[in-house]
Amino acid sequence: MELDKIEEKDLKMGKANQEVFAEIMEALAETDRNIIAVTSDSRGSGKLVPFGQKYPNQIVEVGIAEQNLVGVAAGLASAGKKTFAVSPACFLSARALEQIKNDVCYSDNPVTLVGISAGVSYGALGTTHHSLHDYAVLRAINNLIIVAPADNFETEQAVRLAAKTNKPIYMRYGKKAMPFLNEENKTFEFGKGRVVREGSDMAIIATGETVYPAWLAAKKLEDEHGIKTTVVSMHTIKPLDIKLLEELASNGRPILTVEEHMINGGLGEACASYLFQKGFRNKFKIVGIPDEYTITGSQVEIFNHYSISKDGLYEISKKLLDI
Amino acid sequence: MRKNLLKYIYKAKAGHTGGSLSCVDTLNVLYNRVLNVDPNNFKNPDRDRYIQSKGHCVEALFVTLADRGFFPESDLETLCKYQSHYIGHPTKKVNGVEQNTGALGHGLPICVGEAIAAKLDNKTHRVYTLIGDGELPEGSNWEAFLSAAHYKLDNLYAILDYNKQQITGNNSDVMNTASVAEKLKAFGWAVKEVDGHNLEALEEALNNGPLEKGKPNFIIAHTIKGKGVSYMEGNTKWHHGVPTPEQYELALSELTEAQALI
Repeated sequence: MELDKIEEKDLKMGKANQEVFAEIMEALAETDRNIIAVTSDSRGSGKLVPFGQKYPNQIVEVGIAEQNLVGVAAGLASAGKKTFAVSPACFLSARALEQIKNDVCYSDNPVTLVGISAGVSYGALGTTHHSLHDYAVLRAINNLIIVAPADNFETEQAVRLAAKTNKPIYMRYGKKAMPFLNEENKTFEFGKGRVVREGSDMAIIATGETVYPAWLAAKKLEDEHGIKTTVVSMHTIKPLDIKLLEELASNGRPILTVEEHMINGGLGEACASYLFQKGFRNKFKIVGIPDEYTITGSQVEIFNHYSISKDGLYEISKKLLDI
Repeated sequence: MRKNLLKYIYKAKAGHTGGSLSCVDTLNVLYNRVLNVDPNNFKNPDRDRYIQSKGHCVEALFVTLADRGFFPESDLETLCKYQSHYIGHPTKKVNGVEQNTGALGHGLPICVGEAIAAKLDNKTHRVYTLIGDGELPEGSNWEAFLSAAHYKLDNLYAILDYNKQQITGNNSDVMNTASVAEKLKAFGWAVKEVDGHNLEALEEALNNGPLEKGKPNFIIAHTIKGKGVSYMEGNTKWHHGVPTPEQYELALSELTEAQALI
């Protein structure tokens, strides 16, 4: 767990985003009786056991039945409840896809779909429990905001904003403790990337839990080569912050994208598609999980294997920069 | 209403004829004798909810809504036409439609959510859905059957349009749904079987309090696919068949004759 040692030195450690989600849900529920969590035997992994104990009338349990989870959530939202449907991202985004498409997005019922233990958070439990497809399938559905907060600050803001936003939202995050990536940039808005480190030589656009290794790689590039890199937490994958993308690309610097998702149809392809059609021809590299079943390992081991790590991203960046 | 729905299916050259004719009596009773809904104030939060799970029988819903004053019947001239709001499945763009439906097995889970919300808010309105027997095998229905009983949703009414046929043929050949009453009772629902073409029987089943306190209501409406048109009745060819001009005239004359006898 080399990553964990480095993080202690460089950035202030926080909690798992999942824990922050549960804390904010409790805080919101205290003053707003319309906040409802819907769970599919998932309150334990969603850290919502205390929420359920404190607010038994604000949690609806449907058992392990994800289609029903999303359908019921749509009905609750339609009736005016601020509804958070909480289930592991792998099951929520695949098994209940038609309910997400029709009952939530097409019918415009403002459910916040919360994909917990996302990406490869479940590590060695394997492919059945990984969600490496969710950005791709959900990007192809109209009327859905897709969000992957990087740190505790972004998670808190995303949950608070979701409770106020009258639109369907899909939010996903993992189980691992995350560091605070930038104590100064305290702006958060859906659809606006958050710059957590600035520099004009290169840009790394990352999302969710990969922003942290991107930040570490950028620091190493600066420490060892004086290369200044802008690191963006592109927490909203849809709608994409195209203004920021154009700003990043406009000085011709190399661009690297990083995501805890299969390369097919994810953040990197979304960025590449936009920039190429706009005429930008920056050097461009997408880092994610290739089109294969992942090796066995923990989240960190899988990240390291596919170069979603400080050293992996550092080496790829050097190649892009010809150094 | 049967004549009307045939008229618009005939004009649109598309529609789910057999199923619309089997469920139109239920819709007639719901909108004219049961549901507390106001065409001029549809979004009233205290209204009864009706979500049509068998969305393909939208023609029956649209002619019923037009008849009840939700929109001018002449709007239906555009049914399925380029840029019309009146598409081949229910859409919220049409006044009176609660949810966009059409994919099967979606209505009941949404109604469970609506019914839970009503209970949480101590509201007395009721929540209705119409399920086709062809969509009964969808797993989401059975997930929702469990949860409705678990939450004791006696404000929820699921009506099964039980014409016993679907696009490929008889239910019993495609996927057997026999003993559905027993199955639902075992799931913890209160069940009542009625003649789905008897308006008084439908009204009695749908308009009284819950069949049993603390249990969701499952109303099995025994119906005939293509009801009212002799050559369509019980013939699965008419699941989404569109009549020829001669067939259309024959259907109209049969329905006019039947109307005169009422």
